Amino acid sequence: MVEPGRQHPQPHGVKPTRSHFGEEGARSALIAAASTVVFVAAIVALVLTSDTWPKVRQQFFNWDDARTVWPAIWKGFQRNLWMFAVAEVFILAGSLVVAMVRSLRGPAFFPIRALATIYVDLFRGLPLYLVLILMGFGIPALDIDGVPNSVWFWGVTALVLSYSAYTAEVFRGAMDSVHESQRAAARSLGLTQVQTLWYAIVPQAVRNAIPALLNGLISLQKDVALVAVLGYREALREADIYKSRTFNYTGFVVAAVLFLIISVPLARFTDWYTERDRRRRQQRAV
Amino acid sequence: MNAPTKLAVRDVYKSFGDRAVLQGIDLAVSEHEVVCLIGSSGSGKSTLLRCIDLLESIDHGEIAIEGEVITAPGVNPNLVRRRIGIVFQSFNLFPHLNVLNNVTLAARRVHGVARADAEARARELLDRFGLGEKVEEYPDRLSGGQQQRVAIVRALMGDPDLLLLDEITSALDPELVGEVLGVIRGLAEAGLTMVLATHEMGFARDVATNVAFLDQGRVLELGPPDQVLRAPNEERTRRFLRRVIDAGRL
Repeated sequence: MVEPGRQHPQPHGVKPTRSHFGEEGARSALIAAASTVVFVAAIVALVLTSDTWPKVRQQFFNWDDARTVWPAIWKGFQRNLWMFAVAEVFILAGSLVVAMVRSLRGPAFFPIRALATIYVDLFRGLPLYLVLILMGFGIPALDIDGVPNSVWFWGVTALVLSYSAYTAEVFRGAMDSVHESQRAAARSLGLTQVQTLWYAIVPQAVRNAIPALLNGLISLQKDVALVAVLGYREALREADIYKSRTFNYTGFVVAAVLFLIISVPLARFTDWYTERDRRRRQQRAV
Repeated sequence: MNAPTKLAVRDVYKSFGDRAVLQGIDLAVSEHEVVCLIGSSGSGKSTLLRCIDLLESIDHGEIAIEGEVITAPGVNPNLVRRRIGIVFQSFNLFPHLNVLNNVTLAARRVHGVARADAEARARELLDRFGLGEKVEEYPDRLSGGQQQRVAIVRALMGDPDLLLLDEITSALDPELVGEVLGVIRGLAEAGLTMVLATHEMGFARDVATNVAFLDQGRVLELGPPDQVLRAPNEERTRRFLRRVIDAGRL
């Protein structure tokens, strides 16, 4: 496939140009568009001419089923969004605390630093699916007084614990990338280690971490659907219930579209932000 | 000098890995004195200043301020640093804070001064150093000389007993050096005790009470600028000064 903006073979005697408006640019755009159309058409043709397509269409893309299953999926998806929002708030706050703890220096802080390291190693080392099952089924099964046994609660908790471990490392990396002299400047003014991190290092680190945090956000938005494994009736679970009843998979496609409606704009925004950030840095370097 | 000893550095050693940077430094600074540390790069000037501010731990020896040993175990370094101001070669202003917040951060968070009081004092100091117009600006909008003056004000906000200056003009364009040195000259005349590492020999001659020549992690020669810079006793000092003169810096 030809990518737009790439240089293409030039006619003899014409100097290569990167202009988007020149004859060459127009030609590039034309080639890109044509090849895209051909490529997509080929795939569509391949699918539509498949012997089993009518059956697949009936099972996955059935309009009547979509309309029947829609209210349940939509209600479930709103639950996904709510879990996503609640989890993200706790992830950002929790991971920042863990990252700060891991950035404290000196032997006095060894115990909590070690604790934070163990936590990060543990939860980064376990598949999220496994954490969900262990916490969602395991802890309520203990039946301890005062410990919630709500699937929602343990599902969100598992997401928070797992994602915070990753996000803490994002923050820590960003804090490490702030120049050491900033730490020295803050300490020299008499600020404590925690004050130094909070007032001098973290504000600069957060700015650097935003692209990575946005990527994490997109990832979490989808992984929220894993809570379905606990039987919680979010979008994916509703699609599954409908499938068990009717042997029709359209609900999954409906859910997929809903997830894409959220995650694609988020991805575009992340790209846009990262690019703007990159340009700003370049400007500052000049 | 009969003034009381402000800073005493006694037999201080410091290594980074197997690189010995300080190898038995002795230095005494009396109140109102300005001591200039000179010597080639790697002679230990910056490391000494960083050790005095407890930004580096020392391997051996002791450092005392007004007779109180600050390198003893159990001393809270945050309390020591409140009494010492330091200005770095590369300014090290906080890029996410404007001038006023750079200067008042420590007053508000460390010394517990109310924001209004801290800002009033900051504005007064910034005004005095010709930065009254720049209060709301962010560091990246200031020239190097302006940034360095802001850094000096930031260090002065805590009313330090001792001000340490680490080659504060080395990162400046030549035409900006004067404005920063002017500020330091004013502080010296006001009687602030200072220790400064510098490559500006002319300035050292003007402003220093004593000049210390550091060589391979030791104070090789210490005395009034006229003696150390014009008639040094040590061959190494003479060689260093000749190189400086050849480079046109004295």
